[in-house]
Amino acid sequence: MIELVLAATAPSESAVHIDWLSVFRFAGSLISLAAGLFFVLAGTIGVIRLPDFYTRLHAAGMTDTLGAELILLALMFQSGFSQMTLKLVLVAIFLLITSPTATHAVAHAAHEAGLKPLLGPYKAPEVDEGT
Amino acid sequence: MFRSALILVLALVATWLTLSGYFKPLLLKLGVISICFVLFLCFRMRILDRETAAYGTLPRTLSYFVWLFVEIVKANMAVVRAVLSPSMEVSPKVVKVPAPQKTDIAKSMFANSITLTPGTVSVNMESDHILVHALLSEMSDPADFAEMGVRSAWAVGEDMGDV
Repeated sequence: MIELVLAATAPSESAVHIDWLSVFRFAGSLISLAAGLFFVLAGTIGVIRLPDFYTRLHAAGMTDTLGAELILLALMFQSGFSQMTLKLVLVAIFLLITSPTATHAVAHAAHEAGLKPLLGPYKAPEVDEGT
Repeated sequence: MFRSALILVLALVATWLTLSGYFKPLLLKLGVISICFVLFLCFRMRILDRETAAYGTLPRTLSYFVWLFVEIVKANMAVVRAVLSPSMEVSPKVVKVPAPQKTDIAKSMFANSITLTPGTVSVNMESDHILVHALLSEMSDPADFAEMGVRSAWAVGEDMGDV
């Protein structure tokens, strides 16, 4: 893949044959992998920063939906038109069904156990950098 | 019932071929045996009805998923912005969302859609409303929930009027 890009940019008299389909596939998978990793990272930061149990669930849900689905989309780009792509589509569908079920199960268990959610406006505490 | 059995067999054949990918006689025979066994189980459990093999509403469900995906992307952006901003201003809230859907499948579709959208989690399901925990104040707007409720009910074949 890298060789293809290098060949496309290298100055040469003879017409270089570029497989545009694989170039688009590579670019698409790179973009969606980067975006997916960004959402997974943001979800992780959210789990650490948010104040209580219920609010942390929201950040974890972000990792489940866009993060995981975008990474799966990147893998679909990589595998092209093959049986592996169909398997990845199945994985994506199952993830869309199971992840809200798991999130709801955890939230419902906390509610049943009587965990009171933190309500009202919340701001991150100021960090004292002077010391 | 015969029609749902036929649709179920077609779906099972497609699933088997997707996951296996081998066309050796032995493996195909094993596939046929498994499909017959699953069909027998479904018949015995008396779940060969329209709710189990709900393929009649498949085009509606797919077009609903497109709309839901756009909503998920929008909600993700809002949550990312809130979480990554230095002051992180969130206002968690618990709201009662009315769930006037008649069928069980429409209710579960609605509750799952709420949970799937980041920033809102359905915590408890009571007879006519869902208890929802919302992360940001702009996510607890009743009109948005009402629109999602109508659309998710439409996706599984229950008409609740216009959006």
